[in-house]
Amino acid sequence: MTTSEKYVTGAYLVVLAVVLLYVVLYAFKLSRLERQIAELTELAQRRRKAA
Amino acid sequence: MSLRNNRAVLLAAAASVLLVAGLALALLWAPQDADQGFSQRIFYVHVPIALTAYACFAWGAWKALRLLWTREPRYDLESYTAVHMGVIFGILTLVTGSIWAKISWGVWWTWSERQLTLFLVLFLFYCAYFMLRFSVESGPRRANLSAVYALFGVVLIPVSFLAIRLAERFIHPVVFTRDGPQMSGSMFLVFCICLAAMLALFASLYTNELAGKRLDARLRELREALE
Repeated sequence: MTTSEKYVTGAYLVVLAVVLLYVVLYAFKLSRLERQIAELTELAQRRRKAA
Repeated sequence: MSLRNNRAVLLAAAASVLLVAGLALALLWAPQDADQGFSQRIFYVHVPIALTAYACFAWGAWKALRLLWTREPRYDLESYTAVHMGVIFGILTLVTGSIWAKISWGVWWTWSERQLTLFLVLFLFYCAYFMLRFSVESGPRRANLSAVYALFGVVLIPVSFLAIRLAERFIHPVVFTRDGPQMSGSMFLVFCICLAAMLALFASLYTNELAGKRLDARLRELREALE
């Protein structure tokens, strides 16, 4: 592999890595939102029982 | 499945297909550049990403203008999401540009090039957008301040884009001139596919990020109502 081929591959891999990183971060965000929804559902159910 | 979800799935599918096709064509099918050789293939990611970054900031400014015009709060989140995406594409522009500079010019960065410096100024200007946004309490004041700031930034886009054409001495290549694109038909076709891929990627990320931010805001409201 020549030097320019290495650099070009590096540039393409950087783009791929950033997109993948974004997907991973988004997955964390989704799991946080799911956890919050579960907490709020539990809170609403407790309120209904107490009423 | 709602219409919004359908659109998100379609955009993600279009972005995936176009990205795979564009990158495969750029690496395997596009002819070798006589002047720069293999290293010219960075052009097919770097330029579409840079143009997409401009598109993101312009979209953010358009949404900011709509907010100031109509006073509808939903445009605040839309403008913020577009700027957020613009900064991600801006980082990619700077990184891929630096790699290309290293191969072609032997340096990672040069301050003497107006195109590079102005893009960096544009990028840093929009990075400061987040500092402004998060230093003000959420509400109409923050929305208005953010919108005005996003609108000011859009002025830098044509300046950054035209800088290379106004420069008297430059080493940054000029591909698009008044006489049209300075490349072969097959190279231009691959470039168009890569540009469509990056724009589709932006549209897909924007749709998902916006849906996430809206959900986040609704959950916060619900929590405040319940507690």
